[in-house]
Amino acid sequence: MSKQVTLTIDGKQITAPEGALIVDAAKMAGIDIPVFCHHPKLEPVGMCRMCLVEIGRPMRDRATGQIVMENGAPKIQFMPKLETSCTNRVEEGLVVLTQSEKANAGQKSTVEFLLTSHPLDCPVCDKGGECPLQNLTMAHGSSQSRFIYDEKLHLEKQVPLSELIYLDRERCIQCARCIRFQDEVAGDSVIGFDERGRSTQIVSFSEPGFDSVFSGNTTDICPVGALTTADFRFGARPWELDAQASVCSQCPVGCNTTLNTRREAKAGGNIVIKRVMPRQNEEVNEIWLCDKGRFAYHYTESKKRLTKPLTRTGKDRKVNRVSWEAATKLAGENFLKAKKNFVVLASGRLANEDLFNLKTLADQFGGKAVLYSHIGGGELTAQVGVSAGTNLGVLGSGSTIVVVASNLYEEAPIWYLRVKQAAERGATLIVMNPRETKLDKYASFVERYDYGQEIKSVQELTKKGKLGDAFMKAQNAIIIYGSEGLGVAGSASLATACAKALNETEHVGKANNGLIGVWERANDQGAWEMGFKPEDDLAAALKGKVVYIAGADPVGDDPKLAKALESADFVVVQDILENATTEIADVVLPAQTHVEREGTFTSGERRVQRFYPAVAVVGDARADYAITAQIAKHMNFIMQSANANIVFEILAETLKPFEGLTYEKLSNVRVQLPMIGRGDMYYGGTTYENTHGLGVHLSAGATRGETVRIPRAQKEALPKVKDTDLLAVPVSKLYHRGATIESAQLLNQRIGKTTVSMNFDTAEQWGVVEGAQVKVSFDGVSGEAKVKIDETVSAGVMLVPRGMGLAIREPAVAKVKL
Amino acid sequence: MAHVVLRHRDIPNLNQFDVYKKNGGFSAFKNAVKKMQPTEVTDVVKNSGLRGRGGAGFPTGMKWSFIDNKNWPHYVVANADESEPGTFKDREIMESNPFQFLEGLALCSYAVAANVAYIYLRGEFWQLAAFLDEKIAEMEEAGLLGNKILGTDYSLKIYTHLGAGAYICGEETALLESLEGKRGQPRVRPPFPPTFGLYGKPTIINNVETFANVPMILANGADWYKSMGTADSSGVKVFSLSGRVRRPGNYELPFGATFRELIYGEKNGAGVQDARQVKALMPAGASSSLIVVNGDDKILDTPMDYASVRTLGSELGSASVIVIDDTVSIDWVINKTIHFFKHESCGKCTPCREGTYWMQNIVHRIHGGDGKQGDVDLLLNVAKQMQGKCLCALGDFSAMAVVTGIERFKGDFDKVVKV
Repeated sequence: MSKQVTLTIDGKQITAPEGALIVDAAKMAGIDIPVFCHHPKLEPVGMCRMCLVEIGRPMRDRATGQIVMENGAPKIQFMPKLETSCTNRVEEGLVVLTQSEKANAGQKSTVEFLLTSHPLDCPVCDKGGECPLQNLTMAHGSSQSRFIYDEKLHLEKQVPLSELIYLDRERCIQCARCIRFQDEVAGDSVIGFDERGRSTQIVSFSEPGFDSVFSGNTTDICPVGALTTADFRFGARPWELDAQASVCSQCPVGCNTTLNTRREAKAGGNIVIKRVMPRQNEEVNEIWLCDKGRFAYHYTESKKRLTKPLTRTGKDRKVNRVSWEAATKLAGENFLKAKKNFVVLASGRLANEDLFNLKTLADQFGGKAVLYSHIGGGELTAQVGVSAGTNLGVLGSGSTIVVVASNLYEEAPIWYLRVKQAAERGATLIVMNPRETKLDKYASFVERYDYGQEIKSVQELTKKGKLGDAFMKAQNAIIIYGSEGLGVAGSASLATACAKALNETEHVGKANNGLIGVWERANDQGAWEMGFKPEDDLAAALKGKVVYIAGADPVGDDPKLAKALESADFVVVQDILENATTEIADVVLPAQTHVEREGTFTSGERRVQRFYPAVAVVGDARADYAITAQIAKHMNFIMQSANANIVFEILAETLKPFEGLTYEKLSNVRVQLPMIGRGDMYYGGTTYENTHGLGVHLSAGATRGETVRIPRAQKEALPKVKDTDLLAVPVSKLYHRGATIESAQLLNQRIGKTTVSMNFDTAEQWGVVEGAQVKVSFDGVSGEAKVKIDETVSAGVMLVPRGMGLAIREPAVAKVKL
Repeated sequence: MAHVVLRHRDIPNLNQFDVYKKNGGFSAFKNAVKKMQPTEVTDVVKNSGLRGRGGAGFPTGMKWSFIDNKNWPHYVVANADESEPGTFKDREIMESNPFQFLEGLALCSYAVAANVAYIYLRGEFWQLAAFLDEKIAEMEEAGLLGNKILGTDYSLKIYTHLGAGAYICGEETALLESLEGKRGQPRVRPPFPPTFGLYGKPTIINNVETFANVPMILANGADWYKSMGTADSSGVKVFSLSGRVRRPGNYELPFGATFRELIYGEKNGAGVQDARQVKALMPAGASSSLIVVNGDDKILDTPMDYASVRTLGSELGSASVIVIDDTVSIDWVINKTIHFFKHESCGKCTPCREGTYWMQNIVHRIHGGDGKQGDVDLLLNVAKQMQGKCLCALGDFSAMAVVTGIERFKGDFDKVVKV
């Protein structure tokens, strides 16, 4: 623990860590000093002048350096001017007056100055009701304006900084919190101040505007209604909103969220989600969310939601609306008939409880439990994954983080933030990737390899040399691996090499050490822990089988899989949205989204976190674990399904990593620093305090003393490529055409058209130019795409984004034609 | 008496390398680099009592001795932003006596072991920057700048840098931000530049005139310098005289010379235009507290040094003396100053950004004849409300003339407002 100093604030003696800002120390002691520009996550700037206080320091004799005593106590010398408590740090013996007449006058004057230029349009302002300026005006403002209202400066009120974020120039108080967030936290310096004096205004100078996947956070920390999201703008008043704790379902980071809901007439009197807000969890997402997590919730209210069980029967495939009983009976009967031909195909969209019941069913009837994912290696993260106590937020000097084959900014934005910050705190960051990524500039070492050579690069970590030294000698080491340019087999091999490097250097089985997979979905890690595994050749695995699909759309994703399912014996699909697979299924079962029910997700860091019901169930949808149990009943197998809690209890009794976990433990909270709220949202922004659980880590096999079994790393079998060939490689993109993203209209512009990227020389070789619409074909797949020239792509390579219509499962030799 | 800083007034063509050299130029620098320890240079400057000429009057040698020797590299920056209305001395020094300034800059660089020095010039000085570049090149050619100067291990490069036209960039931390390529906005102090300056490294920033004094001090000794001026303010000062005087211009006088000598001296201001009476003085440009004169001889006989001017309820600052005679109404004066400060407020801190805008609205009403008595009280109140709450000193400066103008010349305002 750092050295503590004792000081007095408003007569209250407090201790605070040396180096803390007075304003933060006061906050911890329960004294709220008003602020606008200060934010505990940003560097102090002292520009708004709201936190003015009187500061007195013990007087020292100039000659002797001794503290001058007066009546047995140190004589305190107050500065003639008020000082900002957000830039001055605590010192031993300091005396701070935050409520003196002088300090009050200073604070009052700042509010008055701010209000001279403020439009006072609280009645129509989205921030009204949760506005720091409004609150502090109530506390410190004058009831009468001395500024002539007609002389107010009028400015533009609807300035789109991007299609996601709007700026109201009149309301802006020039505190620069948004700019500083983008510069310091996000690392995307795409907004800034233009002009000066009273003409100072926020502008975006990127193309497209406000080009950052973290832009939504600026609306949380904006202390006025200047920045609003296009999504929530004029959508509801804050005081009408309820708040329900949840977990983001968009990626493996597992950001803690709060769903703001209200009952509204235009939704037929139903409760609807109005916005997704961050919920503080300093060990996961701090107080931030990426824009995908913030805006991609609209799928839950999509018109395409499945609401009733359906069957397709007879030669003409007649669609019948049937009862749950009838639908599950039909499914159960066919599963029973299937015997060994039974395949359960599920994705990490599902909760732990759902996957547990699905796996139990598969095991009971000799079926195969297949994970619908393009990334392999999860059996290794279950063994040597990061252990309990892991917190990227504390890693710094002495720790080494390796990111290999992943563009974290696109694949798991909040991990990108956390890794970037760890590097800024002094952690050694090694980025290994075939092309440049945003993380490179924070890296101590950037290792560039050719597609297919990732394992060789990872092996450098355990050899003598710069990389080896940085890795082997590190106190803590974490490897984060992804699937850039890799299929299931390739990423599994990469995981093996990573696990081996960690295991050999004893970076396993302890906190802040181990392997993390950058999965596709929120609960892929959970699926691996249950025993689900992806298939190298999924089409072959589905052909002629009885398939129970949960949370996946193989038909829509890949023509090969569509073909395989055509020849399947019987297909049961349980999902939330209509899709190409529900169109061909024999039985369609409507499932609840995670916002309608209880459950848990296991994040990529192996943290199990609870989510809670926030809105009413759509139609007759049921929770996945309950649907499975109902099918099982028709197969004469009884499974628990009364509620998620009970399923979790059995799960925790059955699976070692979950041993001892209960919903109660998952809901535990403790004091988190920095304090961001405690009722007054002006301090940390409108982010929510965490009252519903920080989650608990699973134990890793290595921690439990189990022998770590790592198969031999195999070199990814790249297709044979001649000099004249074009190698198509799969890459991940944050905004793709996933069903859960596409429903958010706001994000459509970000999803964009299907583009393939290659460098100039390669494009020239194939006779195509930037922007050309081309026909792309590889491995039996063909489709249209636009060409993008990107000099970070190596020669002879074409990047094909996943989830954008071109079904690429692994690297393949490709052709492009105009 | 021979000039110290404005030596070109005694020696024609002093801005030519050979002429400067022939008149003892560079001898101080040569001697220092070859024969003196860096700290010895600082000690001489310390002993001379030289104080910063940019306005704050901080003891120069003491500032140099604050340089943090645990953090490297060190930088030296010349503040040639000269943007205070009524100040035009640095321009003359750089145009007509550039080598003395450059030699002073080099001496300081040697004293604090900096190998790079920057001259930050206001954007309008672009011709001057090109001129200085030529002079720097001449010094480099002569082996006085560059690598291994005069065969020693000491190397120094001097670069000019142009600002983009902001008053605030005369504030040292805003200047550093601008020099780094960022928005010219002041930083929170402390830390001060000698510990955290350019690019976060220890940096000494001094005004052009300050540097121009240094070669003469090194050449003639601290005692020689102390023999001029007063005990509190040693040496000479270049006073920029403007306003309603007959001969506006720069005049070099020892500290302690009186306002009367400056304004009425035949070789200096030569009296007020039309032989009117001096009504008020702004000793530090637009940032001044107004000194009430109203023809009072005692005031005009006040010595111009830091301590004496303070007894008049003002500050000597950069010694840009603006003379206001009895034809001028003070509401006109503060209308001008408020306009200037509103235009130049950088916008970083609330009181200055909002306060100058608000003050302008009020003074518009008053000066335009639409003001009421309440407006004058409000203006005074707003100005006072700004004072002591701004991020940098310039915010406070913007309110000085307003507060003192209203408090000390209430009658001028009573005349223009409606009852």
